[in-house]
Order: sequence, then structure tokens, then C-alpha cells
Amino acid sequence: MSLAAATDLVTATSLAAAKNESLAEISNVLIYSAMAVYTLAFFAYIAEWIFGSRSKVARTAAALTPRAQAAKKTAPAVTVKQEGGTAVLERPKVVVRAAAGARDVPDGPGAHGGDAQGDLYGRIAVSLTVLAFLVEFGGVLTRALSVQRAPWGNMYEFNITFTTVAVGVYVLLLALKKNVRWLGLFLTTTVLLDLGLAVTVLYTASDQLVPALDSYWLYIHVSTAILCGAVFYVGAVGTVLYLFKDSYENKLARGGRPGSFATSVMERLPASASLDKFSYRINAAVFPLWTFTIIAGAIWAGDAWGRYWGWDPKETWSFITWVAYAGYLHARATAGWKGRKAAYLALLAFGCWLFNYYGVNIFVSGKHSYADVGLGALTAIGF
Amino acid sequence: MSTTSKTGREHTPGESGGAAADAAARGRAARDQDQDLGEAGSQLSTAPKEDLPNLPALGVIGWARWFWRQLTSMRVALLLLLLLSLAAIPGSLVPQTGVDETRVADFRERHEFLAQVYDKVGLFNVYSSVWFSAIYILLFVSLIGCIVPRTWQFVGQLRGRPPGAPQRLTRLPVYTTWRTEADPGQVREAALGLLRKRRFRAHLAGDAVAAEKGYLREAGNLAFHLALIVMLIAFAWGQLFKSEGNKLIVEGNGFANTLSQYDDFRSGNLFDVADLEPFSFDVKSFTGTYERSGPNKGTPRTYETELVYSEGAYGEERTTTVRVNEPLQIGDSKVYLVSHGYAPVVTVRDGEGKVVFKDAVPLLPLDSNVTSSGVVKVLDGYRNAEGKKEQLGFNAFFVPTFGGSRSGTMLSQFPALDYPVLALSAYHGDLKADSGIPQSVYQMDKTKMKEFKDSDGELFKKMLTPGETMTLPDGAGTVTFENDIREWAGFQMVQEPGGGWALGGALVAIAGLAGSLFIQRRRVWVRAVGGPDGVTVVEMAGLGRSESATVPEELGDLAGILYDQAPGAPGPEPSAESPDAPDAPDAPDTPDPQAVPAEGAEKP
Ligand code: HEM
Repeated sequence: MSLAAATDLVTATSLAAAKNESLAEISNVLIYSAMAVYTLAFFAYIAEWIFGSRSKVARTAAALTPRAQAAKKTAPAVTVKQEGGTAVLERPKVVVRAAAGARDVPDGPGAHGGDAQGDLYGRIAVSLTVLAFLVEFGGVLTRALSVQRAPWGNMYEFNITFTTVAVGVYVLLLALKKNVRWLGLFLTTTVLLDLGLAVTVLYTASDQLVPALDSYWLYIHVSTAILCGAVFYVGAVGTVLYLFKDSYENKLARGGRPGSFATSVMERLPASASLDKFSYRINAAVFPLWTFTIIAGAIWAGDAWGRYWGWDPKETWSFITWVAYAGYLHARATAGWKGRKAAYLALLAFGCWLFNYYGVNIFVSGKHSYADVGLGALTAIGF
Repeated sequence: MSTTSKTGREHTPGESGGAAADAAARGRAARDQDQDLGEAGSQLSTAPKEDLPNLPALGVIGWARWFWRQLTSMRVALLLLLLLSLAAIPGSLVPQTGVDETRVADFRERHEFLAQVYDKVGLFNVYSSVWFSAIYILLFVSLIGCIVPRTWQFVGQLRGRPPGAPQRLTRLPVYTTWRTEADPGQVREAALGLLRKRRFRAHLAGDAVAAEKGYLREAGNLAFHLALIVMLIAFAWGQLFKSEGNKLIVEGNGFANTLSQYDDFRSGNLFDVADLEPFSFDVKSFTGTYERSGPNKGTPRTYETELVYSEGAYGEERTTTVRVNEPLQIGDSKVYLVSHGYAPVVTVRDGEGKVVFKDAVPLLPLDSNVTSSGVVKVLDGYRNAEGKKEQLGFNAFFVPTFGGSRSGTMLSQFPALDYPVLALSAYHGDLKADSGIPQSVYQMDKTKMKEFKDSDGELFKKMLTPGETMTLPDGAGTVTFENDIREWAGFQMVQEPGGGWALGGALVAIAGLAGSLFIQRRRVWVRAVGGPDGVTVVEMAGLGRSESATVPEELGDLAGILYDQAPGAPGPEPSAESPDAPDAPDAPDTPDPQAVPAEGAEKP
């Protein structure tokens, strides 16, 4: 390259850099704003739980007491409704019975516990969550524009994208009218912790990718990895709550008397069977996508590193995570492993996922995270 | 020790009287239900039966059968899966020979004793160690032992017909009923038509229609497990027949894919040299540009090389560009661009001015700014000032961007050719190139070499910029750093058969998995019988593999359509629960029949 051409290149890049830096600034402001709004949402969820505690619900206890059960038996399958003098037969109603041996506990009403004021705070919290999600999404978008590539070139970007997607999944489930508002408090808490970590410890000034990371397989692989992580995370929250609720129900069924705080919280959560089913469906739904993520990663590695599978620590831990989730799915089909044991496996599998992200990036060096002399630096990135 | 009900919630006997009784009642109810459903409830999957590990009757065959049944049970498959993930962990924490040899060597140096222990248990080669192999081989034997009978069973289910309706439809998890004035035969016909239109496999069995749908779930599950086997075999095949080698090529030079041309070469156990894909290529140019500013200053932005290649011995010539993520693929082989460096052109003349050496000398990079080192060797044709045959050797140190003499460092400041400087130190004597021991072109054997001395009696060395010439002491000749700095590219040639099979297996695995996890296999029965009062009672029931919102929804849907064709008749309301009202206290109560119990969880 001639000297003149080199100077041209220098001026061109620094001009572009100035523009990009201002975008990066905007992104940072948006991320901090999102954190502020998440904090407000967090307090609103707290308020929902606190106001909700005024109402006294005890559906679980009622359902688990034999006498209460005997009282409400049999129901008509077809009801006749009087409408303007003529009898209109309604369509036959479908009777659903829980599988034999399963508890038939109704779902709790949610954090607000039926309390009007609690419900109001809950709605405010959801609105704030949606607002924070939009602001954070803007932050991720401007970050992407400032670096002119997908926003997952390093752990900071990975974290902000990850939390955005996790909250996005929650907002989507709400938009689909799914009963998931009970997730709100747990989600915002961890999102705040994660963002705090991102802006303090993991912050990296914006920059472009080195050629080794610049491939469309990277976009496919990492975007699905982030999505899977976010969904697995939502599933894991469901699993933890299932374990708590299940012990609570077990205690009641044994005739125990849980403390008033536990009662207040647990009575408002969905039934353990619902939580179990929720986390199963979430995990089962993303498992094929996680399988795809690993395969896409292998294809990318095949192009970038000359082998599609080489037991690099990141690959190894993706594999471990995959096998652990496969084990969880198997456990649910194996007598003696359903219920709590399977739930522990699901948490173990999510732990593997977490370690794959944080642990491997921080403690273990491998092709994914260290500078390869001669090829130029493969900077430490999420995947 | 625990007893386990069919649905798997565990109750430890003796925890408290109430719980134990409760558990027993549930267990009984579960068994009752299964007996009630009989054939109808079975065969909804091909999962192996869970039998308790009864010890076999004596005899080798008895034991072998017992062992085989254990190995192919779901419980052992699960344990093996967990073991596999556990066994994969050490390989990510201990450096692996197959992944990063230098780190293994480093580890050996620092932990001598531990390294010996690790060697014994194969911790430097976890993924080819005996114990790791044992786990996955057992898993795959278990898998095959599980898949084959399941496949036959599934074929049998496909050949047969959905099982007829159980005696008491009310026992099924999803149930509805109504009375109609329509003729029972008509109702059954209508139900048959409706179910078939919805792509159920349906047939008339006695007074009821039996139908089943969602066979793709089982097919998907079997396809997924089969695909895993295909992937494993493809992977093993690839490892056995794999070959991989490196070659450094200076711009303008070429390569033909034969063993002798490689700088280094490794291959799998079953690889044969004749398997090498025939192709050749010339390197036209290498282009690298680098980030000029910012925190990542110096990292490559463009990094590519232009090749002219031909497949086969006399193939047509084609031009292509190879980049870091974009290898050139020829058959099962791929050509990767893996490294890059500089090859300054150096001319050496003897004392009389005769050119004895003129070539591009590839130098190996030492850091990311391409500070490089190597040697220039003049083997033939040189005669010293006395006219005696001798060999010359120069240690070369090169920086593409020199920091300036006042920077206090000889290290390169930037990877591009901004301010190239070549430093040479000179030796003469015997390079021992003919000793028979293969020599590295980047190192000099100095045992028989003597230093050229400068006026202070020190080793003669000089820094040159392009175009500059240095004169060796005592009329020994000159060395010119030509105004021509070429670049070289390092290539890795990998030949790994079976990649197509692995990819195909992976795609089938994903598709099968999606089918297995998203499709519900379920049965629907419609029974219509004429009552003594001339009114027909229609009963519909559904059974899915797991409790799911879709089965009740679908049954409601079907019932709605059928109801329009066989409208309700007024009269005594049939009760959903009446047949088993005196049942155990765990019989489900249905306060609001339309509310599907436990339905906080929707499909995501
Ligand atoms: C190589 C390791 C294996 C992996 C990664 C694996 C993975 C999976 C996955 C992800 C599922 C979930 C699909 C679903 O729920 O429908 C599944 C289901 C199943 N697997 Fe495997 N599996 C493996 C080995 C085995 C073995 C050795 C057996 C036989 C003992 C087996 C038998 C089954 C059965 C019967 C199901 C269906 C369970 C059901 O119907 O719910 N698998 N497997």
C-alpha cells in the first residue's frame, strides 16, 4: 500500500469513528435509562406483592384437604340456559381430570392476590417493564449501529442483548395472554443484577469485529444462542418456583402448617403442576433450537478453524449443557425421575449453560476467548 | 427407599400416617386406571417398559438377558447421559493434546508429578480415553438396543388399528357427553367422517369409533435417535480417515497436494496417502489491512489471498479468494488461510559482485504486529575472498513498522508495511545442510559457523531499509535488502470425509426432535348407544401422552362440530362423574368443567 493511500484510510476511519462514538454514547445513555426504568418496575412489582399480601387466599390448602374435596363433586356436562323464553342448549362441556395420583390444586391468583391496589401496581410494573424493554432495545440497537455489526462482539454486548431478549420473551408471553406475570419480580431482579455487571465489570468500548468473527454463521449461531439462553433462563425461574411450591404443597398434604410469609407468597403462585408444566414446555420448546445452535456453531468452526468439532472448552460446555438438557427430557419419561428429580436436573442443565457463558469466558482459555497470534486477535467474546 | 406412583411423585412411607395412606391410595388409583384403560392406554408410545430390577434366575443366559434389559432401560440411558456430561468436564479444564499441545507441554513443565498422574488416567486425552469411550459406546449400544425393538413396535402400531374404546370412557382424562335424538349409527358415521377429515386414523370398533393421530411424534423420536447414531459414525469415520497438513507459500509460488509438499502433516489411523484429493494452486497475492486506530489498533480488517487453482491432475484453472472464514472446498478437502507473514527479497553477492543468492525469504511472525525472524542461507555457489567454497548464513529480524531508532524497541509497531526494517547478522562456514538430518529453514545450525566480525571485533550486524545494501567485512561480498517485500500465506489443508453424513444426520436430528417435542400423540373415542328411552347417549373421550391443554381443546372442538350434527335432546342430564362416584377420595373433582385444571402453563 502506498503512503498516500494509507493516510487516506486513516482519515476515513477516524471520521467514521467520530460518528460511531456519538452513537455509542447514545447507547450508553439508553442502557443506563433502561436500568433506571427496570428499577422502577422492580419497586412496582414489590408493591404488587406487598399489597397482594393483604388478601387471604388459601386455595391450595383447601384443595389438599379431603373434606373440601368431597364437598364439590360432579358437575353437569350440558347446561341449559334460558334465553328469551326458549331453552338453548349450550355445547357439551369438556371435563378434564388430572392424571391419577396428581394433585388437583388450582392456580394462585398471581402476585396481587386479588387485591385491587396490588393489581394496579402489577399493571404499572408490567407497563414499566415494557417501557424499559423498549429503551434497552434502543440501547442495543444504537450499539449495533455504532459498531456496524450485530451487538454481540464481547461480553458487555452479549449481556445487554441477553437481558433484552429475556425480557422480550417475558413481554411476548404476556402479549400472548399467558399467565406469566408472576415471573416479573424474579426477572427484573436478575436483569438488574446482570446489567449492573455489564456496565461495571464487563464494559468494553465499541469496536468492530476481527475477520475471524465476521461470518454470517456467527450471526445465526450467536443470535440463537442468546435466544436459547434467555428462554432457558425463563424456564429455570419456573423450575425454582416449582420446587418451592411443590415443597409447600407437600407440606400441606402432610398436614403441616407453613409459615405465614410462605403461605402468603406460595398461595399466589400457580399450582406446582402448572409451574412444572410451564418450565417443561419452555425447556422442551428451545431444546431443538439449542441443538441447532450447536450445529450452526460447528459449521462456523468448520469454516473458521478447519474442524467442525474440536473439544474447545466452549464447545465442550455447549455439549455438556445439551446432554444435561437431554437428560432432563429423558428423566421426565422415566419412572422415578419425574417431578423434583427432573427439576433438579433442569437446574443443573441451566447451571451448565451459565458456566458455559460466564465460567468458560472468565476461567478457561480456549479458541473462543484468546488471542491467536498470526490470525490476529480473536477477542474474548460470548460465543 | 421409596414407593413411587405411576406419575412419579414420591412418598416415603412412614413420613406421616396421612401421607403414606394418601400415597397408597394414589398408587392404587393409578393401577386401577391403567387396568381400566387396558389396551387403549397402552402403546401410546414405544418407550421401554419400566420393570423393577428383579434379580434373574440363575444361568448365564438369564444374567445376560437381565443385563441387556438393564442396559436398554430408560433409567440406565439416563444415567449414562448424566455420566457422559460429567465425563466431558475434565477435558475442558485440563489442557488437551488434541486441542492445544503447547499448553499441555507448559503444564507438564510446571506440574511434573501431576502430569504423570494425568498421563496414567488419560486426562490429557479425555475424549479418546478408555473411560470416556466406554461411556459413549455403552450409551450407543443402549441406544441401538432401545431403538431397534421400538422401531418394530412402532411399525406394528402403524400396521394395526387404534385400540377400541375402553369400557368406561369416564375414566379417561378428557371426557364429554350429551344426549341426542339422532340415531346411534348416524352419530358414529358422522364421527368417523369428522375424525378422518381431521386426519385421524379412525375405524369403527363395536359401538364406538376409535381414532388416533400424531404418529409423527414417535416417528420423529425414532428418527432423532437414529440420526444420533449416524452422526456418531460419521464423526468416527471422519477421525479415522482424516488428514491435515500445513504449508507456507510465498506470493507467486504454488502447491500441489502430495505428501512431499507439506511442511507438516498428520493423519488418522486408516488414512492412506492415495486418498489425498488431487488438486493444485498458485498464490497470486495476499492482502491484509489493519485497524489504524482505536482500542483494537492493529487487528486485521481484510485478510485474504487470491488463488488460481485446478482440480485433478490437469483440471481447468480457476481463480478464487480465500478468507479466514471462507475456505476453498475441493471434494472432501478444504484449504484454509491460517497465517500470514512477510518474505523480504534478499540478494547476496560474492566479493566479485556475482549474484550467489536472490530469493524471497519467508520469516515467521513473533507477535501480532508481525515482528518476524528467520534465516537467510546461501548453500551453493559462494566463494570467499580467498576463492574457497563456503556457505553463508544470516540471522534475520524483520519489522514491517519500525518504531524509529529513538523508540528504544526493535519490535514492530504495526502489522502493515509502514516502515519496514530488516536487521541481519552474518556468519560463514558450514551450515551442515548435507548431514542428512532434516533442517528447519527458519533456523541455523551454528556449530560449524563462524561470525563475521565488525571493526570492534563484535558480531557483524546491520539494519537495512528497502533498497539498502550492506558490505560484509574483508571483501566477503554484499547483501541487498531489495525494494521488494513479498507476503506469504500459511495454509492448512484438511481432508475429512463423512462431513456430509454428519450434517445430514444433524438436520434429521433437529427435524425429528421438533416432531418429537411439538407433536402430541393422542387418541379419541366416540361411543354412541341408544338408551332405553329411545334417546342416544354420545360419549367422547380423549387421551394424550401427557396432560396437555391441546387434547381437551381438540376434544371440545370435535364435540362442538359433532354436537351440531347430533344436537342435544332435553332430558335428564347425564353426569360426567356418576359412574365412579363412590371412588377413592382422590377422584378428581371438577368444579368448573371447562377450566382445565393446572393450566397456568400455556404452550410457549
Ligand atoms: C445418545 C444419547 C441420547 C440422547 C442425546 C437422547 C435424547 C433424547 C431426547 C432429547 C428426547 C426427548 C424427546 C421427547 O421427549 O420426545 C429423548 C426421548 C426418548 N429417548 Fe432418548 N436420547 C439418547 C439415548 C437414548 C437411549 C439409549 C434410549 C433407550 C434406552 C432412549 C430412549 C428414549 C425414549 C424412549 C424417548 C421418548 C420418551 C418419551 O416418549 O417421552 N434414548 N431422547
